[in-house]
Amino acid sequence: MNTLVLKGVRPYGEGPLSDVLIRDGVIAGITSHDPNTDPHTDPHTDPNTPDTVVDGNGAILLPGFVDLHTHLREPGREDTETIESGSTAAALGGYTAVFAMANTDPVTDNAVVVEHVARRGREVGLVDVHPVGAVTVGLRGEQLAELGTMARAGVRVFSDDGHCVHDPLIMRRALEYSKALDVVVAQHAEEPRLTAGAQAHEGANAARLGLQGWPAAAEEAVVARDCLLARQVGARLHVCHVSAAGTADVLEWAKARGTAVSAEVTPHHLLLTDDRLATYDPVNKVNPPLRTAADVERLRQALADGVVDCVATDHAPHAPQDKDTEWSAARPGMLGLQTALSVVVKTMVETGLLDWRGVARVLSERPAEIAGLPDHGRPIAVGEPANLTLVDPAATWVVRGADFASIAANTPFEGMELPARVVATVLRGRVTAAAGRIPA
Amino acid sequence: MRHLLGTEGIDPADAVAILDTAAGLKQSLEGREVRKLPTLRGRTVITMFYENSTRTRVSFEIAGKWMSADVVNVSSSGSSVSKGESLRDTALTLAAAGADCVVVRHPASGAAHRLAGWLKDVGTSVVNAGDGMHEHPTQALLDAATLRERLAGGDATGQDLRDRRIAIVGDVLHSRVARSNVHLLTALGAHVTLVAPPTLLPTGVGAWPVTVSHDLDAELPSQDAVMLLRVQAERMHGGFFPSAREYSIAYGLNERRLGLLPEHAVVLHPGPMLRGMEIASSVADSPRAAITEQVRNGVHVRMAVLYHLLAHEEENA
Repeated sequence: MNTLVLKGVRPYGEGPLSDVLIRDGVIAGITSHDPNTDPHTDPHTDPNTPDTVVDGNGAILLPGFVDLHTHLREPGREDTETIESGSTAAALGGYTAVFAMANTDPVTDNAVVVEHVARRGREVGLVDVHPVGAVTVGLRGEQLAELGTMARAGVRVFSDDGHCVHDPLIMRRALEYSKALDVVVAQHAEEPRLTAGAQAHEGANAARLGLQGWPAAAEEAVVARDCLLARQVGARLHVCHVSAAGTADVLEWAKARGTAVSAEVTPHHLLLTDDRLATYDPVNKVNPPLRTAADVERLRQALADGVVDCVATDHAPHAPQDKDTEWSAARPGMLGLQTALSVVVKTMVETGLLDWRGVARVLSERPAEIAGLPDHGRPIAVGEPANLTLVDPAATWVVRGADFASIAANTPFEGMELPARVVATVLRGRVTAAAGRIPA
Repeated sequence: MRHLLGTEGIDPADAVAILDTAAGLKQSLEGREVRKLPTLRGRTVITMFYENSTRTRVSFEIAGKWMSADVVNVSSSGSSVSKGESLRDTALTLAAAGADCVVVRHPASGAAHRLAGWLKDVGTSVVNAGDGMHEHPTQALLDAATLRERLAGGDATGQDLRDRRIAIVGDVLHSRVARSNVHLLTALGAHVTLVAPPTLLPTGVGAWPVTVSHDLDAELPSQDAVMLLRVQAERMHGGFFPSAREYSIAYGLNERRLGLLPEHAVVLHPGPMLRGMEIASSVADSPRAAITEQVRNGVHVRMAVLYHLLAHEEENA
C-alpha cells in the first residue's frame, strides 16, 4: 500500500486548509488540516505514517492539467525535444496528461508510431502521453489515415495540426467516420489559399513591417465551414488554437444552435499581440500568428464565458538554427508547458475573468472531457483518481528559457515576471514534480 | 548613425544632412577626370546580395570605390550561402573578416534588422539595400535627392520637401520602395498620395500618413511628382488584377496622363521599368522623367550614407 499526504492545501482555492490522503493512486480522505501531526515520523516504526508527505503551505489544489496540444517532437526532432524532456516539462508545468501531436517524423498516421509514442510515454512515466493520430496520410490532406486502427491502439484525438484538413470533402468524411470510433477530430483551421506565404497577422503591423498577411478570415471561414459540416453529419469537432476574435463569434453562433464543437486557446494568444513583431525576432513567430489587442480581449472573454472551452499550449520546441534566423526562414512555434499556468493566472485570474474553479475547468476538466479521459479532470473528492496539481498563487518568477526542462528554449516570455508556480504535480498518487524538480 | 536600416522614424535633420552631403559630393565630382576621394581609404565595405540586382549593387560598389573604400561583393550563388550557410553565420563571418560595413539585400523582410542585432557587439555598420517588402532606404533617399534638386531648380542645400505633393502609383503592397518613400517623404514634409487598385494596397494602409486613391487621372493635376512602381511579373499572374492591359489602362502613365500633370512635375521610376506597362516608352524618355538622374544621384546618396556611417563617426569622436 502506497500513501501520500498533501498537507495544508486548499482545494480549488476555497475554504479552510485541508489535508488530502491519497492511497494507491486514489483520494482516500480529505480532512481539516492538522498542523500538529509530524510529517516526518518514520514509516517503518509507525504503520499510520504516510510514505510521502508534501507540505502545501496553503497552496491551491487543482485537478491535474491536461494539454490537448503538445509537440513532443519524438520521433524525428529529438534535438529539440524528446518524450522524456517534454514529459519532464509537462510534469513541472502541472500537467498529468498531454496529447502529443502527430506531425512527427515519421508522421503519427499509423498504429506503429502510435504505439511507439505511447510506450515511450509510459516508460518515462511522468505524465500520461496520449498520441494524437493524423487525420490524413502524411498530413497531406488527401486520403484518410487508418483512424480505426489507430483508435483501437488507443488514439482519442485526431489532428493534422500544422496543416489544415482544407478539402471540405475529406473533412466531412473524417468527421463522419470518427462518429463510430468515439474520438474527436481537432482542426488546425487555416484556409491555405488565403495564407500562402503568410508571415504575420494581416493588419497594420504586417503592413508596416512588410510581412505577408495571415487574414483572420482564413481561420474564421474554416471554423464556420467545419461547424456546418459537424452539424450536417452529427459529429463532434474540436478547434485548435483559436486566434481571432471573429472565430469566437463563429463558435458562439455554432454553440447557440447546438453544434457539438469545442475549442482551445493558447496562452500566448491570451497575452501577446503582433506589436511584438517590430523587432523581427522570430521567437514571436507562431501559427496562427499573434494578433491584435482586440483579439486578445475577445479570446479572454470567450474563455471566461465558455465559448472557448479550454487552454492548450501548442508547446512547439524549435532548435536555435530554426529560430534565430531572418523572420521568413524561421519555424513557427513557442514553448508553453512550463508557462501555461502562469500566463492563465496573469491573463484570466488577475483580471478577475476566472476564479480557481474556472482555472480547473479550462486547464483540466474540459480538456479531459473533450478527449474522453476518464481519470483526469475529475473532482477533488474521496474515491477519485489522484491526478492533481498544487499551485502557489502568490509566487512570482522570471522566465528563463534556458532553465526549462525542454531541450529547446524558444519562449516568447523570456525575461517576463509571471505570477503563480506549480508546487507539486501528482500522477496516480505519485509525485512527478515538486518544488520545480523531478523527485529522484 | 551606426546603421541605416530604414527611413521609418528618421530624423528629418539627418535626412537633409545626407541629401546635402550627397549634393556636395555630386558638385565636387561632376566634371572631374579622376572621380576618387580619399575619405574611406582603409575601410572595407562588403555587399551581400541575396536577390538579383544590377543597379543597387553596382551603385553601392561605385559609391564605395569613389570614396576609396575596399569594396567586396558577395552574392548568394557561388558563396557558402549556396552551401546552406545561415544568414547569421555568413554575417558573422564577413564581420570577422574585417568588414566595417555590410550592405545587405535580402528577400526576407527584417533581414537587415536581424543582421544589425547579430552584429551588435562587433561594431560593423549595416546598410539595408532592400529587405523583402519592408524598406529600401537608399532608394528613398535618392528619390528625395532627385525631387529636391528638380523642384528647387537651383541650389537646394538645407531644404526639405515641405508641402510638395507626390503620388506613388502601383504595387504598394509588395513594394519596399513605397514604404521607404512614404516614411521619408512625409518626414521631409511632403504630402504623399498612394494610387493603386485595392488589391495592391496593404490591409492597414489606413493608418499610414498618406492619402489613398484609386483614380490616377483625378490625382495627377495636383501633383509635383509622380513615382511609378514596378509591377512584378509574378503579380500579373497572381490574380491581383485581371490583366496587364487593364492595369495599364487604369494605372499606366501614358502621354495623355503626362499632359494632366502640372508643367513642372517630375516623373520618377525606381527601375527596372516595364515599358508599355506601368510607363509608356515616350514618357520614360521625355525630359519630364528623371529616371537616369535617379541612378546618377543614387551613387552620390550612397556615398553620403557610407560617409555618415563610417567617416562622420570618427570626426564626431
